Amino acid sequence: MKPAQNNIKLFTPVTLGLLIVIIAGALVVFKKLTLGTVTTNLQDDFPWGLWIGFNVLGGVAMAAGGFVTASAVYLFNMKKYKPLARPAILTAFIGYLLAASAIFLDLGHPERIWHPAVMWQVHSVMFIVAIHVILYTTVLGLESSPMLLEKLKLGGLKKIIEKGMVGIALFGTLLSVLHQSSLGAVYLIVPDKLHNLWYSRTLPFSFLVSSVMMGLAMVSFVSILSSKFFKRPVNMDLFSGLARGSIIAIAFYLVLKIFLLLNGAGAAAAFAGSMESKMYLLEMLAGVIIPLVLLLLPGVRNSLGGILLVDILVIFGVVINRMNVAIFGMLSHAAELGVKYFPTANEIMVSLFLVASGALLFKLAVKYFNVLSYEEG
Amino acid sequence: MEASFLIDMTKCIGCRGCQVACKQWNQNQADKTRISLKFTNPVKLNANTYTNIDFFESEKAGHVSWNFARNGCFHCKQPSCVSACPVAALIKTKEGPVIYRAERCIGCRYCMLSCPFNIPKFEWEKISPRIQKCTFCHERILDNKIPACAKTCPSGTIHFGDSIENNLKEAKRRLSDNPGKYFNHVYGEKEAGGTSVLLLSALPIDQLGFQKVGDAVIPDLTWEYISGIPAIIGVVLAAGIGSWIITRRNKNMHEEDKTNETGTE
Ligand code: SF4
Ligand code: SF4
Repeated sequence: MKPAQNNIKLFTPVTLGLLIVIIAGALVVFKKLTLGTVTTNLQDDFPWGLWIGFNVLGGVAMAAGGFVTASAVYLFNMKKYKPLARPAILTAFIGYLLAASAIFLDLGHPERIWHPAVMWQVHSVMFIVAIHVILYTTVLGLESSPMLLEKLKLGGLKKIIEKGMVGIALFGTLLSVLHQSSLGAVYLIVPDKLHNLWYSRTLPFSFLVSSVMMGLAMVSFVSILSSKFFKRPVNMDLFSGLARGSIIAIAFYLVLKIFLLLNGAGAAAAFAGSMESKMYLLEMLAGVIIPLVLLLLPGVRNSLGGILLVDILVIFGVVINRMNVAIFGMLSHAAELGVKYFPTANEIMVSLFLVASGALLFKLAVKYFNVLSYEEG
Repeated sequence: MEASFLIDMTKCIGCRGCQVACKQWNQNQADKTRISLKFTNPVKLNANTYTNIDFFESEKAGHVSWNFARNGCFHCKQPSCVSACPVAALIKTKEGPVIYRAERCIGCRYCMLSCPFNIPKFEWEKISPRIQKCTFCHERILDNKIPACAKTCPSGTIHFGDSIENNLKEAKRRLSDNPGKYFNHVYGEKEAGGTSVLLLSALPIDQLGFQKVGDAVIPDLTWEYISGIPAIIGVVLAAGIGSWIITRRNKNMHEEDKTNETGTE
């Protein structure tokens, strides 16, 4: 096996920036672990904030590219996307490690994070979520392992894992479908608290559909950025293919959201001018409507820059959707209880720390493993 | 005995005896007091305060009237906090109280999010934090004693000793026997599918700081999803395996075609 040969520089201004954020953030992480939840602005009437809304919900949605690509390549036999599989699965793996870290840091008792694995409570969505984080992170580790095994020259073990890849991909897809939807199901329990622009019995399904949308955008985003940063040749055919997939996913999601709006809060609620209605419109315009319109223009669909712009919009929009459910949609209930929430500098630093760690991990993996130039096999 | 409170807040004289008895029995720390317009300390429940008496002024027929509201856990018949907890740290006992087992708790705070009455509180400043809320004096009940608050209440506001069903009958009787005295609603009869604590008040309940809570049995909302998981598994496996077989066959056919056409491959 030829070694991953690349000319990626280890130290660049970007890396340096990431390192600074990581070092500063690590200090705050230490502070949280030694002082506890007092370092946050979380409080009795607002128990979940930035870490759950952005890092956990947003992070897991961003990781959806892993199962979308794995199922396309291994289950639907769309072999032309195989070059995208490794970066997509790696991104997902890193995404899950970071989401799990965010959960770890958010807990009041991080040292008991293993409790759900042994103290089952099957009526709890939180239990379902916990089990899936554990199982799917393991599966993503397996799916990413061939890169490591070929580095370690463990060809035999690599062969075994690659033989089982269809099975692993199937199991991974199953876990992802359950996990993405169960994160929506977490919020089924707050019918009286979550604003009705977001609360609906179909939350699990909307989370699943938007995660597919997000997954397609992430795969395309990561690959375009990698090709720009690491000077890789671009196969336009792949990106147009992803863009066509995006059109279907976004259009389906748009229809679903309109149906939910008309059967839930009503169209007027979206234009009521309240903070919630503005956040809802932001999520829908930036993440759904504008990307769809752009993708329908051939000029945009067939240019790398155009696709990149659409990817960024979709990623932003879905992250806003998750934060709307977890934070903005809960604020008016909190206000009734006389409570406001805005994250502390500590919370923001930890969030940035996790994002920066993810970017650096990805870069290191790309440098030392055969992530981007993997084609055959 | 099935634990249940009938709390008739029109009888409350605002002495806060229950609040003090609760602190003493549970050996909860005192809070620093503050002057507030509501003459209430602490203003809200917190990790050291399982129950408090809130104070509201209103006007009735040109006179100022005082209204007291007793806050605390409702010990729901089908508690959302219990269904939310991933490690069964919160359980509904067969006697009725919803109790907490600190050594299991991971501190995820999903119980706090899930409770429609915002009852569970968290020890935010502690490095080993616990969820804290009214225990219905479960240990006292097991010992055949009545809860500390009910034991202390001098005005008969907090009634303990009858089943939920009997308390509900009594509440309805008071409503029908005293037209105009009460706000015509038993809070806790239907809220969140029904609770072990029933409240009567003179003012509309939301004017006393209580949440508007729907009738849905909240654990059912999440169970609808969880119980559907086997079906989701079936669909995903069938779709995945099916598409794998079909797309593989297509590909093999294509390859055969190509082989026939070009003779290479
Ligand atoms: S009132 Fe809240 S804390 Fe008490 S039993 Fe019901 S859901 Fe649980
Ligand atoms: S904070 Fe503790 S008691 Fe509450 S749901 Fe989480 S593990 Fe259960």
